[in-house]
Amino acid sequence: MMFTPALTAYPLLPARVHEVCGPAAIGFVLWTAQQMDADLLWVREEWCPEQLDPLGFGSFDPARLVMVRTKAQTDTLAVAEEALRDGAVGLVVLEITAPLSLTAGRRLQLAAAAGGTTGLCLIPEGMGSNAAETRWHCAPVFDPQDSTLQLWRLIKNKSGTFGGWLVRWDAEARCVAVVSPAGERPGSADAPG
Amino acid sequence: MSLWFPRLASDRVLRTRPVDGPFALTLTENNANRLYCLNDAAERQGLYRGMSFSDARAFCPDLVSLPARPDLDRRFLASLRRWATRWCPWVGIEDRDGLVLNITGSAHLFGGEAAMVRDMRRRFPRAGMTVRIGLGHTRGAAWARAHYGQGAALADLPVAALRLDADTATRLARMGLRTIGQLSATPRAPLARRFGAGLLVRLDQALGDQPEQIDPVQEPPHYGVRLTLPEPIGLESDVMAAAGRLLDRLCDKLRDQQAGARGLVLTVRRVDSHAQDVELRLARPMRDPARILPLFQRGVAKVDAGFGIDQIRLEAVQVEPLPAEQITQAGRRDPGRLDDLITRIGTRVGLENVQRFLPADSHIPERSFTIAPAAHAQPQGGWVSQNPRPARIFPPEPIKATGNRPPERFRWRRMALTTGRATGPERIAPEWWLDDPNWRSGIRDYWRIETREGRRLWMFYTPQNPGWFVQGEFA
Repeated sequence: MMFTPALTAYPLLPARVHEVCGPAAIGFVLWTAQQMDADLLWVREEWCPEQLDPLGFGSFDPARLVMVRTKAQTDTLAVAEEALRDGAVGLVVLEITAPLSLTAGRRLQLAAAAGGTTGLCLIPEGMGSNAAETRWHCAPVFDPQDSTLQLWRLIKNKSGTFGGWLVRWDAEARCVAVVSPAGERPGSADAPG
Repeated sequence: MSLWFPRLASDRVLRTRPVDGPFALTLTENNANRLYCLNDAAERQGLYRGMSFSDARAFCPDLVSLPARPDLDRRFLASLRRWATRWCPWVGIEDRDGLVLNITGSAHLFGGEAAMVRDMRRRFPRAGMTVRIGLGHTRGAAWARAHYGQGAALADLPVAALRLDADTATRLARMGLRTIGQLSATPRAPLARRFGAGLLVRLDQALGDQPEQIDPVQEPPHYGVRLTLPEPIGLESDVMAAAGRLLDRLCDKLRDQQAGARGLVLTVRRVDSHAQDVELRLARPMRDPARILPLFQRGVAKVDAGFGIDQIRLEAVQVEPLPAEQITQAGRRDPGRLDDLITRIGTRVGLENVQRFLPADSHIPERSFTIAPAAHAQPQGGWVSQNPRPARIFPPEPIKATGNRPPERFRWRRMALTTGRATGPERIAPEWWLDDPNWRSGIRDYWRIETREGRRLWMFYTPQNPGWFVQGEFA
């Protein structure tokens, strides 16, 4: 059995705003919401051609999701700030389409601290704000057996080191499980047991 | 008691714009412009109802006329009815121009029937209304006296006073039956054979042999309260305090009716008569002042107080039934908090933009769920899918590939991808009963493609119209 590095900075530090980017960012959001067992408020701009398919949420219950469509990023930020400060939902997700200023990011952090709510910014790559607590890059990884395998890279961390982990979703335990590097993990073809 | 307003329509107009001399309202009916209602002066000139307007002008060149508005007349009569509840609570509307009151049990409050009639005769002319009052033990008798002689004995009144149509009255007169007394002395069976049962019903109703009810109109509850201030106010906290007082009163009213407000309007009137509205739409019907008041904060902050505010009015413009509920310990979290949050977000981006997913019964991926405003939709369970679905879907993007097996290599969004594992196909047929332009290409075979580069895509092949498309991406 090889040594598996522990996943630092996850579960996310509560009452802070974090950032996610990469092709599997939605998976990160859904897994986080399930692991936190929280209601989810999702704020996005109305012109986005992509839409969420609630049937693809896996074991996350779509009834716990409230969507907000906004006209512009200003509205997105205002709605997110309101929801973070209110604390009625456990997790607030906002989709960012233009770079966030430091002021805007800081305001979100203050609102999250005031309401005790965790916030997640879905950002296009390279558009993060300096105020974010952590920033994650998530990409799916091909694996012949497991079709939930992802590579999570921690690319910004205000209170710790960076890192990269292969993770998968453990449906029984309803939590994110770290996978040890190839060949040695349980369940793979040539694993010892 | 029956009240008849013979000049309801013209009195209504003359109340607001008095005219000296002949005045008439005209109504275009059957392609002819005829007099609809006219005042005393016009009748003295020899004009009558139903006369054609051009004749009337020829008789009386200085006739002032206006078009009649029967809809406004009806509304005016309804407000007269409301006013008439000052004499008794049991007031109904009779025809187009009359009221009927059941004053049994309330006449003594005014010192007897005679005193009550005196009171009415004093008040109606003061309001500019011509009124004829008929008292009777039955509704029919009261109507007869109001229309045909106010103090007369019922037996002396003409048969038309029985609320008969003109044709029957004429035929009765031809037979020599001119008064009600003569009619009631006639054997009933031949009358019924000749004129039908309707005549006898009317006669019995007038004489009291057959009951006739008054339908008192139920006033719908009015959810509006206002506050007039002796001194103008300008501070936001003062306006909120005033709104709080109004809200307490309004919510008491709502509680009595077991209703909850869905939309509220706070109208703030300034000293210079300029009024500003603060609208509030709620995510759930509510009647708890402590929860509604903070939601007004954002709107009230935007009000321009000018030289001060001296009147505040609060109205529940949209009301829904909200029965009282048992308070229990059950339930994991307080749903009210989320509703309040939805309301606050709704005041900023519009309540219809706060949405929820609801399951729908369709195999078509785009139609397997619906999106509904969260304020009007309860969260629902029942999310089942036989086959895995991607977490996000987008309009189909074509890729270059041929054949009905998934391609080994392909390019999508300028990325070169290699298929690592393909799961499928899952065949979905279009719903023939709906003409969806996106599904014109026929049935689709959906594949779940896991690429060696990592991306897990949801692709489909259209066998009837060969082509490959990417429609979604798995999380």
